[in-house]
Amino acid sequence: MEQRIDADDVRHVAELARVEVTDDEARGFVDEFNDVLDYFETLDDVPDDVEAEDDFENVLRADEPEPSLSQDDALANAEETEDGYFKGPSVS
Amino acid sequence: MSVDINAFVTRCDIGGGDGALSDLAVGVKDNISTEGVETTCGSRVLEGYEPPYDATVVARLKDAGARIVGKTNMDEFGMGTTTETSAYGVTRNPVDTDHVPGGSSGGSAAAVAAGDVDAALGTDTGGSVRCPAAFCGVVGLKPTYGLVSRYGLIAYANSLETVGPMARDVETTARLLDVIAGADERDGTCNSEADDYADAVEEPTADVTVAVPQELVGEGVEEGVRSVFEASLDSLRDEGAEVREVSMPSLEKALAAYYVIAMGEASSNLARFDGVRYGPGGEGDDWNDSFADARGRFGDEVKRRVMLGTYALSEGYYGDYYDKAQNARTLVRRDFENVLDDADVVASPTMPLTPFRVGEVLDDPMQMYLADANTTPVNLAGVPSVSVPAGRADDLPVGLQLTAGRFEEAKLLRVARAFEKAR
Repeated sequence: MEQRIDADDVRHVAELARVEVTDDEARGFVDEFNDVLDYFETLDDVPDDVEAEDDFENVLRADEPEPSLSQDDALANAEETEDGYFKGPSVS
Repeated sequence: MSVDINAFVTRCDIGGGDGALSDLAVGVKDNISTEGVETTCGSRVLEGYEPPYDATVVARLKDAGARIVGKTNMDEFGMGTTTETSAYGVTRNPVDTDHVPGGSSGGSAAAVAAGDVDAALGTDTGGSVRCPAAFCGVVGLKPTYGLVSRYGLIAYANSLETVGPMARDVETTARLLDVIAGADERDGTCNSEADDYADAVEEPTADVTVAVPQELVGEGVEEGVRSVFEASLDSLRDEGAEVREVSMPSLEKALAAYYVIAMGEASSNLARFDGVRYGPGGEGDDWNDSFADARGRFGDEVKRRVMLGTYALSEGYYGDYYDKAQNARTLVRRDFENVLDDADVVASPTMPLTPFRVGEVLDDPMQMYLADANTTPVNLAGVPSVSVPAGRADDLPVGLQLTAGRFEEAKLLRVARAFEKAR
């Protein structure tokens, strides 16, 4: 049976998702991904013209500053910080 | 007990004091933030993370005097039906330790069933409270979407997930709901007033109409589970309920729609785990490499769902998957509304099968997903649903799933309590 996606596709999606996968892992995912995508064919005959009943209302508060997390607390779990900021890897 | 069931990732002792829950020791699933107590989501990606604030539900438990004695084990980020995908080891079913406790709130259910805690909080995105409740023989409630605050719940699929209580009986489950339910200005989707659920459960039920969708009791249901379910319907009839067969055709599409939506939302939600603000950082020459390296710590099931979600949402495939899934979701919601216009509750087996053996489906994700056929439609519809112990098949617990209309938790728990007493 023709497969929807192969190991190259898996590696491409992994790159898009910024998830490191080894070549072995990518090969391992191929059959599982095809199984799941085959199952999603169940949705093919769902009609395209279904009106979603929208009974939701936005709930907003007044745009006024309120007490928030302190800077120290917000940074407490970061591996690297500098001058009160998170420090990330360099953008090439 | 000779085998460690591994229900907890972290033990703690916080809260306690006076209040409505001062007599209860409670476990909290490890994706719910506890100030100063490590919260890992069962993942290496959050190893060492100590939230700087409490989730609203945790703050409310503490205010009510509950003692929180541990953070319970779970499938990594809630992605699983067995509690085998945790980075902190498999949780075992206390009823039979060769079997899984269900998932993803398996640690919560196992701790309750083993008597390690009186009650626990789980979270339910596609059945993650009800499945382990059924597999471990305890009560688990998935509330209406919007009844319980999600503030401080580390998100997996926001439009589907809810925090829910678990206990060994319906009354204790209702007591927890009394404390955690109700509007929270920190969660814009949570602005409904709560009822008095524990009071409501002891009121008599009269003229209950129970709808049984044929789509949920079909070929996929094991014989032993079917027998227990039939006996459960007899118990409900003995209590005066009228049981009706109904058809909900959209349910045939629900599982696929659920997985498309959940994976899509997961791929977006889990983008935040890049090792910069929390969790161990990555190595690499630039930010792409560094983030990918940090995220390489995700386990296989999380990688699968993030990648499949990314694929389903990518240009060219969006219409085939996500749009179709959203349309199916609307049809599922309508089917529940229509059936619940004429009936008080919808009934089905919670799980179509008895607990898997440990290791049985770990390498076959599609088989694991299929086990969620009866629980996932409820999350698409946003309605409340409870799993109540219904008996045993092959010496393993079987749950009865009862589902009601939006914000009808009082009625739902009353029917659940009547069933619990009658069985």
